Amino acid sequence: MADRLGGLLAREPRVIAVGADVLADALADQAVPVRTVDWRPPPPGTEDALNAVLGRAGHAEANATAVGRMLSARPHLVDVRPAWEVLSLEPGAFLHAGPPLTWERASGPMRGALIGAMLLEGLAHTPEDAEQALARGDAVFEPCHHHHTVGPMAGVVSPSMWMLVVRDEEHGGTACCSLNEGLGKVLRYGAYGPEVIERLRWMDAVLGPALRDAVRAHGPLDLLSLMAQALQMGDELHNRNRAATSLLLRELAPDLAGGPHAAEVLRFVGGNDHFFLNAAMAAAKACADAARDVPGASLVVAMARNGTDFGIQVSGTGDRWFTGPAGVPDGLYLGSYGPADANPDIGDSAITETAGAGGFALAAAPAIVRFVGGEVPDAVAATHRMYEITLAEHPALRIPLLSFRGTPAGIDVTRVVRTGVLPVIDTGIAGRVAGTGQVGAGLVEPPARVFTDALAALAADP
Amino acid sequence: MTDLVQVRRGAYRDSVTLMRVSRRIAGRPDVADAMAAMGTPLNRAVFERMGFAVPPDAGPADLVVALRGDGPLDDARHALAELLDERAQAHDGGFGEAPPPRTVAAAAARGDASLALLSVPGPHVFPEAMDALAAGLNVMIFSDNVPLEQEIALKDAAAARGLIVLGPDCGTAVVGGAGLGFANAVRPGPVGIVAASGTGAQQVMCLLDAAGTGVGTVLGVGGRDLSPQVSGRSTLSALAALDADPATELIVVVAKPPAPPVAALIREAARRLDTPVVFALPLPGADDLTGATAAALRRLGRPVPRWPRRARPQPPGGALRGLFAGGTLCAEAELVAGAVPGGHGHRMTDFGDDAYTRGRAHPMIDPTLRLAALADAAADPGCGVVLLDVVLGYGADPDPAASLAPALAAARAARPDLALVVSLCGAAGDPQGLDRQGAALHEAGAAVFASNAEAARYAAALAAGRSGDEGEDG
Repeated sequence: MADRLGGLLAREPRVIAVGADVLADALADQAVPVRTVDWRPPPPGTEDALNAVLGRAGHAEANATAVGRMLSARPHLVDVRPAWEVLSLEPGAFLHAGPPLTWERASGPMRGALIGAMLLEGLAHTPEDAEQALARGDAVFEPCHHHHTVGPMAGVVSPSMWMLVVRDEEHGGTACCSLNEGLGKVLRYGAYGPEVIERLRWMDAVLGPALRDAVRAHGPLDLLSLMAQALQMGDELHNRNRAATSLLLRELAPDLAGGPHAAEVLRFVGGNDHFFLNAAMAAAKACADAARDVPGASLVVAMARNGTDFGIQVSGTGDRWFTGPAGVPDGLYLGSYGPADANPDIGDSAITETAGAGGFALAAAPAIVRFVGGEVPDAVAATHRMYEITLAEHPALRIPLLSFRGTPAGIDVTRVVRTGVLPVIDTGIAGRVAGTGQVGAGLVEPPARVFTDALAALAADP
Repeated sequence: MTDLVQVRRGAYRDSVTLMRVSRRIAGRPDVADAMAAMGTPLNRAVFERMGFAVPPDAGPADLVVALRGDGPLDDARHALAELLDERAQAHDGGFGEAPPPRTVAAAAARGDASLALLSVPGPHVFPEAMDALAAGLNVMIFSDNVPLEQEIALKDAAAARGLIVLGPDCGTAVVGGAGLGFANAVRPGPVGIVAASGTGAQQVMCLLDAAGTGVGTVLGVGGRDLSPQVSGRSTLSALAALDADPATELIVVVAKPPAPPVAALIREAARRLDTPVVFALPLPGADDLTGATAAALRRLGRPVPRWPRRARPQPPGGALRGLFAGGTLCAEAELVAGAVPGGHGHRMTDFGDDAYTRGRAHPMIDPTLRLAALADAAADPGCGVVLLDVVLGYGADPDPAASLAPALAAARAARPDLALVVSLCGAAGDPQGLDRQGAALHEAGAAVFASNAEAARYAAALAAGRSGDEGEDG
């Protein structure tokens, strides 16, 4: 049997060496192909949990199953419907970004968005009334993620808002995301002035129904294939959605054109480079949800921030959140704003990174890397780094600059802990004072402890 | 404060460029506030909030530049213009190479590796080894201090995948013509070695090489593989692999004597193989490594040579002090010397033992401790014979004689009555040069032996007051 031990005795070995250089050098001296690993010890105290999780029978198979489900999902935009209808969201109930949160711990932009949502729903007449009502506990709010939903930045969803409805045609799951309002003074960045509410009312009255009619007329729209095209046109589908928005508009325009407010709607969508972000998020959410609840899997299925806490959920630990303090992004600021004006990281949009886009696809979007003072090689390096902590390469999202290698996809908690490499997340930056709006954009990392905590929970799981 | 607002009609720059330019200009000491942006409604609102008056006809296609400062803003304006007109610079680094992988999993994902060689600290071995097995790679674990239950789990995981774990604490392997860890550059040939002891395997392979018989494969299985708990998991797998290998005509099993039930298990497994198996398990009364090598040669129908030596008459008498780098060589010398009658007693030290290697490289790489011990022995009038091993091969000290020969010469100069005996374990093809090393050690005054057992026997005879015949030229 010549292939016993993988042909070890029959062929010259090709060696991966990790540890003492002298051993790798000795191989190189014999002209044996050797690849060295830039190994470093994991954080002290994590060894036992790592060994327990990695040594458990079926762990690798569980991860393969989970990431396989995530990457085989086929998210399609199938409908656009109001939240009260599609999510059964009652008056006085709201969804928000990130892990669970109380009003007391809510940051400025989160409070601002909730105030705006109260005004939009007619539950308060002034911001002051809204704030008092929220402080009294008159409204209920829960994480979007608990309702198969995601929301960018504050991610506040109220019953009257229209939602993109995405169905995973492979596994049958459904995910929702609200409609993107554009940039500047917008609810998701915590602004709630009259122009914000007015725009939202227009979206409720005109944009939502128009998109519903167009999507229904068009039929299910394959989002992953659109995203794959956009990635090759310079989008990373989180901070840059210019190509994807254009492609979406091109796809829907014939079905939008016949509507009563066609020009208005086309102008609004076409004038907002981020319009597609919310569709990308819903698609990513549908993919990530397909990978949930695989026993023993250490695959991350959600990364989300509420402006106070950064939280992750992991396939093998159900709905449990592992949280730590949200960091302040490193980036560029609008006008005279600076880091002192920035709110800690906020939004469910890191679902794009969870599914292999966004910061993980930076190498596909050289146009945006200079947000962090970087150059094109830095973008490539960021993507390369993410391969260290991911389980797979995305079969559809491929990066031209890397010879069409698939994006790094499927974050493995054990790999994050072992390597110390944290996921890189593209993000907008909200002003810390309620009502300010966007102050910049940049990159952010999760707190390392969410991964060590998740690892400990996986290890403790019988 | 002076405000300066300019509009460049139809000049487009992307927003990231403009934000970078704004930040650099705003950081100048002569500038209080600055912003360069396209004249979109959103940006116009930001300009207004900053207190700049933007001409009403500046539109989204126009570039608006606004500066505020105490003094004249000419320098700032000039710098701003330069930044806006700066051309992209080409970077030498191209698009950047992939950084080195951080885990075996990431390394394995990059290519068609067949084996992972692990020498990270023992408590950190398990994740990397599991990565390798999951990726279909065989594993050699050079590290020691891997917990026993992890060793068993890894070996079971390997067996389930049709792979093998060499080690933990495996110092030597030769596969597919490549030496891994501490291995000698022996000629290829019909013998396969399964070794639970690293320097034991090196001794056998070097003696076979000296006899003109090559070694095809050496599979180190780790010092604990034949313990009752591990129960020969890798040894059995290695025996089966060598039995199936058409190039292997004879298998030699080299190990410290195992627990009886495990020894029985291995002997029973060996009996079932088509390939003959010779055991080198140094026990009182059994063959030493040299004897086992001779048995292997006879089994192959090949002549057993007189083992190479560089004789030099040594003064007899005094106690024997053994200073070893190789654990198995040390144990063998202990056994051999113990069987030689007479003498003033002997004391053998294994400088490769954990007690001597904490925080320091193995003595096959770092000679410091042994050189100090040699000087101590020379200074001790009760010590009459010093026995040292020198192990050559890949991974070992690139020129051990460079430090040891002068130390031997100095010892001899200080103590003309001190006998110096060297067991030189090396193959003709080793990078250090077997001949050159042997000549230098001999030149320094030592009697040099290829066979560790012969060296020990000669040294013990000297200690017993006999000059012996093994110091004579043969």
